[in-house]
Amino acid sequence: MTNAVEQAYVKVIVFQLADKEYAIPVSYVRGIEKLMHITRVPKTPRYVKGVINLRGVVTPIIDLRERFGLPVSENEETVRIIIIQLEDMEVGFVVDSANDVLDIESSSIEQQPEVVGSSEEDFISGVAKLDKRLLILLHLDKVLNPLG
Amino acid sequence: MEVNQYLEMFIDESKEHLQACSEHLLELEKNPQDLAIVGEIFRSAHTLKGMSATMGFEDLADLTHKMENVLDAIRNDKIKVTPEILDVVFESVDHLEEMVQDIASGGDGKRNVQATVEMLKRIESGDTEVNTVPVQMAASEQAATSIVSAERKLEYDDFEKTILHQSTEQGHMAYEISISLREDCLLKAARVFMVFEILEKNGDVIKSSPTVDKLEEEQFDSVFHVALISKETADDLQKMLLKVSEVEKVEVLAVDPSSFKEVKGEVISRDDESSLQPAIIESVPEQQTVPVAAEKKPAANNTKAHAPATSKTIRVNIERLDVLMNLFEELVIDRGRLLSIAAEVNHGELSETVERMSRTMGDLQNIILTMRMVPVETVFNRFPKMVRQLSRDLNKKINLDIIGAETELDRTVIDEIGDPLVHLIRNSLDHGVESPEVRRQKGKPEEGTVQLRAYHSGNYVFIEIEDDGAGINREKVLTKAISKGIVSKEAASSLSDKQVNELIMASGFSTADVISDISGRGVGLDVVKTTIESLGGNISIESTQDVGSIFSIQLPLTLSIISVMLVEIEKEIYAVPLSSIIETSIIRHSDILNAHNQKVIDFRGKVVPLIFLEEVFEVPRTESKDDEFHSVVIVRKGEKMAGLVVDSFIGQQEIVLKSLGNYLTNIFAISGATILGNGKVALIVDCNALM
Repeated sequence: MTNAVEQAYVKVIVFQLADKEYAIPVSYVRGIEKLMHITRVPKTPRYVKGVINLRGVVTPIIDLRERFGLPVSENEETVRIIIIQLEDMEVGFVVDSANDVLDIESSSIEQQPEVVGSSEEDFISGVAKLDKRLLILLHLDKVLNPLG
Repeated sequence: MEVNQYLEMFIDESKEHLQACSEHLLELEKNPQDLAIVGEIFRSAHTLKGMSATMGFEDLADLTHKMENVLDAIRNDKIKVTPEILDVVFESVDHLEEMVQDIASGGDGKRNVQATVEMLKRIESGDTEVNTVPVQMAASEQAATSIVSAERKLEYDDFEKTILHQSTEQGHMAYEISISLREDCLLKAARVFMVFEILEKNGDVIKSSPTVDKLEEEQFDSVFHVALISKETADDLQKMLLKVSEVEKVEVLAVDPSSFKEVKGEVISRDDESSLQPAIIESVPEQQTVPVAAEKKPAANNTKAHAPATSKTIRVNIERLDVLMNLFEELVIDRGRLLSIAAEVNHGELSETVERMSRTMGDLQNIILTMRMVPVETVFNRFPKMVRQLSRDLNKKINLDIIGAETELDRTVIDEIGDPLVHLIRNSLDHGVESPEVRRQKGKPEEGTVQLRAYHSGNYVFIEIEDDGAGINREKVLTKAISKGIVSKEAASSLSDKQVNELIMASGFSTADVISDISGRGVGLDVVKTTIESLGGNISIESTQDVGSIFSIQLPLTLSIISVMLVEIEKEIYAVPLSSIIETSIIRHSDILNAHNQKVIDFRGKVVPLIFLEEVFEVPRTESKDDEFHSVVIVRKGEKMAGLVVDSFIGQQEIVLKSLGNYLTNIFAISGATILGNGKVALIVDCNALM
């Protein structure tokens, strides 16, 4: 039972996109960077903003607003790039702001019901309720694949 | 199993041992009398057998074992070295290489080698039949001695005795060692292996009883005996051997080889004790040493000198070197910032420190780059065997000369260059060097020579393949090229010899009248050319009819650093590899012509199509540009040319090539990226994809 207690929490990074809060488990997150110069890569999908120089490693950047079909953000001050690693891919997500690091109780996560709706919902793996906040957990595999 | 973590090491080492085997086999072919070489091969094979058995690759161990038996018989003078026997041994090594290759690519190393095994067996047994007389003699002699010497556990044949004699003459000591393992020892074979490893490190094992094979199959009780030649003292050897766990008792006795003479002369009257003197022995040079042994002497010295020549190296994963390089580049960028800050604040000491740091970093960069360098030897060393095999298949006499195998190249280039070289060498053997009859008619020596050279020059490495064969027949090439529609009849007559030579590398060309197994199986030299060009290199041919040809490959020292021309389109910077640029030029808008919906220019008498990079790369324009002049980079891919239209040229620069990572793959016309001095990423244009 003691073991179960440890696993009952998931540590996540919480970030903002438009008016919603999203979460990614920290185990995938390699770092959070301020917005820097992004070099456009031609002939790629719209949501691929380009590549950045992340301490000597050329890292592709995905604009999550574009990926979820949201309107372009106005405020550039708080914009952050969350660097995530999934298997052998390292990719940066452009988000409106990175808000928090939280422990969520596994029990508070509700699996996303299978609905066919807007493209945004395709990327959601679950929803966590926390006091008055609603955190949307992302399905990283689906956000990254397939390209195009 | 834990075995996995050793797999990589096993594969690397197996390859090394197999390489050593082939090299020594080639040497042995030249001096079939030199039994020291057989010893070397035997040693490599033996280690390989031990390793593969430990790793559980039984087929590999089994074949090595069979090969080892034959080698052992050769070593003990039971079989004479003949080309036929060597062929079979070569074949076994080939099979072994295939097996290791299979293991390396994730297979289980299984392979049907029945035919080879049969042949090995036949050699091993067939020859004993021929040599029954000496074997029997040896046997009877052994029988005789064993009556007398109860104390001494080992019996020696003539050859082993000669070795013992000679080594004592050279100041080595001969020992007989009895090793007893504990009764409850579980891994006897492993202990035997460890014991032998210690012994072989400290000397040469001459003989063991029971035989090594039986020991490895654990076909012994708990005691075994070994004859060893060593420079160590008996005490030291004993101490070392007792370090092996589960070894219960070690007895080391010095043997006086001079006593063997008596064995031959008067068997019965010999005194046991006289042969076992646990003290230093002053042996008198024997008069009756056989001629074989006389030859053996310098060779034995040779092997001794070879053994400690292993250099101190460590294996480092190339990815770590990449990481090191990345971090270093970060420093370079920071240095750039520091330099400009120092200039701004005009602080003397700061400027000086930054200056010094720059110099240290220059040295550091050189070291990091040279760490990635590997001698071309790793590619070249497979060629002697290949040439040998091919010249046999072709019934030609060909000698391969390798010069400059120590020349170093970047690891990434090394990995790519192997296949093109194989192709070129095959081409030289097949089409270049003539058959012995033809050569005689031409007044050339029957044996053709193919020289493989590698050398540094500037920022490039050159690899040349020169043969003294027939050279390129202009008429034949032209007829062929015309018939294949590669050149027109009219154009053909005006081509220079060099241009004709280059034709053999045009796609769809193959001069062999008959498609042979060796070269020309559909893929031609054009593939070689494309590969080399994709490495940023160049290939050229020089040839004189009936004198020979030289294929010269020019390669960049490294692929990770390339020279590029930086160009600007609107606000975006792109890098065009210098290796594909012919020249840059500024053209008038009015010079642009239209041909079949394609904009072209007349460039030095040639019609060159224009490619507008801003269209290809969909560069967003804030305002449309209406210039009277255009900047054009003329690039080429083989014979084809194209003009890349850009906004402006920034300049030439050495850059570090980086990949775009695993997420962005197959981006059209982009071959990679680099980081500029200001820390921004610039994309590298893949000119080949644009044409």
